[in-house]
Amino acid sequence: MAYDVTEDLDAFRAETRDWLEANCPPSMRTPMKDSEVVWGGKSEKFPNPESKIWLERMGEKGWTAPEWPAAYGGGGLTKEQNRVLQEELRRIKARPALFSFGLWMFGPALLEFGNEEQKKRFLPDIVKGKTRWCQGYSEPGAGSDLAGLQTRCEDKGDHYLINGQKVWTSYADKADWIFCLVRTDTSTKHEGISFILFDMKSPGVEARPILLISGESPFCETFFTDVKVPKDQLVGRVNGGWEIAKRLLQFERSSISAGGFGGTGGSGILGPEEYAKIHVGTDSEGRIADGDLRGRIADHKMYAKAFNLTVQRQTEQAKAGQQVGHTASILKYGAAKMNQDRHELLIEALGSEALGWEGEGFDKGAMRATRGWLRSKGNSIEGGTSEINLNVIAKRVLGLKDHQ
Amino acid sequence: MSFVLTEDQEMLRDTAMAFARDELPLTHLRALRDKGANGHDPETRKKLAELGFFGVIISDEPGGEHFGLVGLGQILEAQGRTLAATPLLQTALIAASAIQLGGSKAQQAEWLPKIAMGEATFALALDESAHFAPLNVATEAERNGQGYTLNGMKRFVPGGHDADMFIVVARTFGEAGDRHGITLFLVPRDAKGVTVQELKTVDSHGAAHVTFEDVIVGEGGVLGPVDEGADVLEPVLDRAAIGQAAEMLGSSAAAFEMTLEYLQSRKQFGQLIGSFQSLQHRAAKMFTEMEMTRSCVAAALAAVDAGSGDVAELASLAKAKASELVHLVSNECVQMHGGIGMTDVADPGLYMKRARVQEAMYGGASWHRDRYARLNGF
Repeated sequence: MAYDVTEDLDAFRAETRDWLEANCPPSMRTPMKDSEVVWGGKSEKFPNPESKIWLERMGEKGWTAPEWPAAYGGGGLTKEQNRVLQEELRRIKARPALFSFGLWMFGPALLEFGNEEQKKRFLPDIVKGKTRWCQGYSEPGAGSDLAGLQTRCEDKGDHYLINGQKVWTSYADKADWIFCLVRTDTSTKHEGISFILFDMKSPGVEARPILLISGESPFCETFFTDVKVPKDQLVGRVNGGWEIAKRLLQFERSSISAGGFGGTGGSGILGPEEYAKIHVGTDSEGRIADGDLRGRIADHKMYAKAFNLTVQRQTEQAKAGQQVGHTASILKYGAAKMNQDRHELLIEALGSEALGWEGEGFDKGAMRATRGWLRSKGNSIEGGTSEINLNVIAKRVLGLKDHQ
Repeated sequence: MSFVLTEDQEMLRDTAMAFARDELPLTHLRALRDKGANGHDPETRKKLAELGFFGVIISDEPGGEHFGLVGLGQILEAQGRTLAATPLLQTALIAASAIQLGGSKAQQAEWLPKIAMGEATFALALDESAHFAPLNVATEAERNGQGYTLNGMKRFVPGGHDADMFIVVARTFGEAGDRHGITLFLVPRDAKGVTVQELKTVDSHGAAHVTFEDVIVGEGGVLGPVDEGADVLEPVLDRAAIGQAAEMLGSSAAAFEMTLEYLQSRKQFGQLIGSFQSLQHRAAKMFTEMEMTRSCVAAALAAVDAGSGDVAELASLAKAKASELVHLVSNECVQMHGGIGMTDVADPGLYMKRARVQEAMYGGASWHRDRYARLNGF
């Protein structure tokens, strides 16, 4: 049977274009405002009502998760169709309908490791943005050495009982559910970890926001005291959680680095070269007057360009079926460096304009840059420190051996 | 833009990699050096011609198909791995590009087939000082009855000691530093008044200072527009920088692999030194830089073939990144080999010596950073 892929894609493009034209509300085609990012879940306030309509429509089509199977609420699109969809979304400058750890991290892992009943139960509400998930990984005693986690999960016959503490739980205070690493065997390390899901409203769960140096509180300390969890909420097999955890970390590192922590731009903040031209000044040929600063800004801009080209190259090679192994760690390392360098240059170029904290007298964009600079210090810590990522590259990519 | 090679390009890459490994291993360069050949290697030139490597960006008929700069980049990367001294960058890339971009129909008909067959080698005679400064040209071309009279001196002309023809960048108007007033000329090595002073260089590839004293060039020797030669020279130099970057990527990859092997075999304190975290992290950082540089080189090569508007920006990006990479990797290669890295019998030193020549050619990292900033308006 003749099957014309190109023709099919052209038809899909036409349908998609019509649908987006009819369904993407006008304000959803304007640049995203920080205050209007939609994370979904029960705590979502939708400050812009059109963002609610946009999420509902995209969720109904399954286009928040275009390549997930339709049976789990996803779009059921092929890679090629998804590429067309993304191109059409970019063409009308559509905002992402949903930001979600469920979409980026938990969902892909559940698709691989969950059972049928779990996938049917949890994935559709992720696609529609009805359930907001948070990640229970790090603990006070288990940061880089994640497998050293101590949160206990005991088998009580008809349920599990969880006791312990997590930290750096992103938006735990706003999330509906948590995917969590717990210890089901204390006699071994990696082989004693399980991957479990529970409702954040369960009795015994308490999330306390942590105030950061940037003045924001995106992370929480999360406490579990005798939390009862039904047994069908454990994913994979008991003591088999480490494999899921590692896979999920790859999704996390990829999703962090795909956006480069926003290291190539930010809302309402100019680039370091623009601030330098304004605050340091230019010579007669329009160059930044401070040659040393100019050279370092150029160096950074070139690093950022090289980083973006690398993301593109790996995407293309993956599409062509070429193996691109363990690139997640390379990109996570690069993304952290890029965003931190960018913020240091912003601060340097802004001079005393960057030294404001709040109130009047300072440029609003500059104050956001200052907060962003402080926040960026976490980039080389969260999602695997830069040192841990270098370990992963050295051992898994380059094959260097451990100390004997 | 494509980061994925076509099947034909993939085959060309495999052929080039195998040729460099089997016919031009590092021992080949070492042998040439030890017998004082200074990069002269007629036998290799013959083999490269037989493989068709000189004609990779030249089509049989005007407008016909060829492997493109992406294809030639694979060959240059392969020869960079073994530090092979060949005329490919000067002839197959620079001269072919200059004649394609600036040559008259007659010049193209005369020279492109000869280049493709490996029958003529070229060298671009550009620099007049110790640093790359393409508009700083004082070599004078004065109009006479039938053509021009050239006077001036070109320093460190890569491949100049081994070339049959020179592409000379001269001034027909204005002063050193002016963009307007530059004209390119095709000058045979054996023309009256051309003196080639062969240089023994640190990388054993050789080069030459070339002096032009009352050299008469006919109208037919003018390559491209009179006074506006920079319009041809600049895109040619972009391609040269990209080709050089591809070669540097190959050198970096080979030096890195050699270092990695040493880390996995050398023991101290009863441990493989590659198990020490300080060395692991440095190796991982080098690898990360290499992956990024590979993306830049691939993007720049593809941009030339696609005729994109951002070739200049990508050329500066690729050359700067490759310069930084080869500098870092060649230094680390010596350091991580320890004492053995300081000896002549070991290979790290060869990579470091070649690296500094590669870095300097067609603009170093700081030159290209400055240009990148200018192109981006700051």
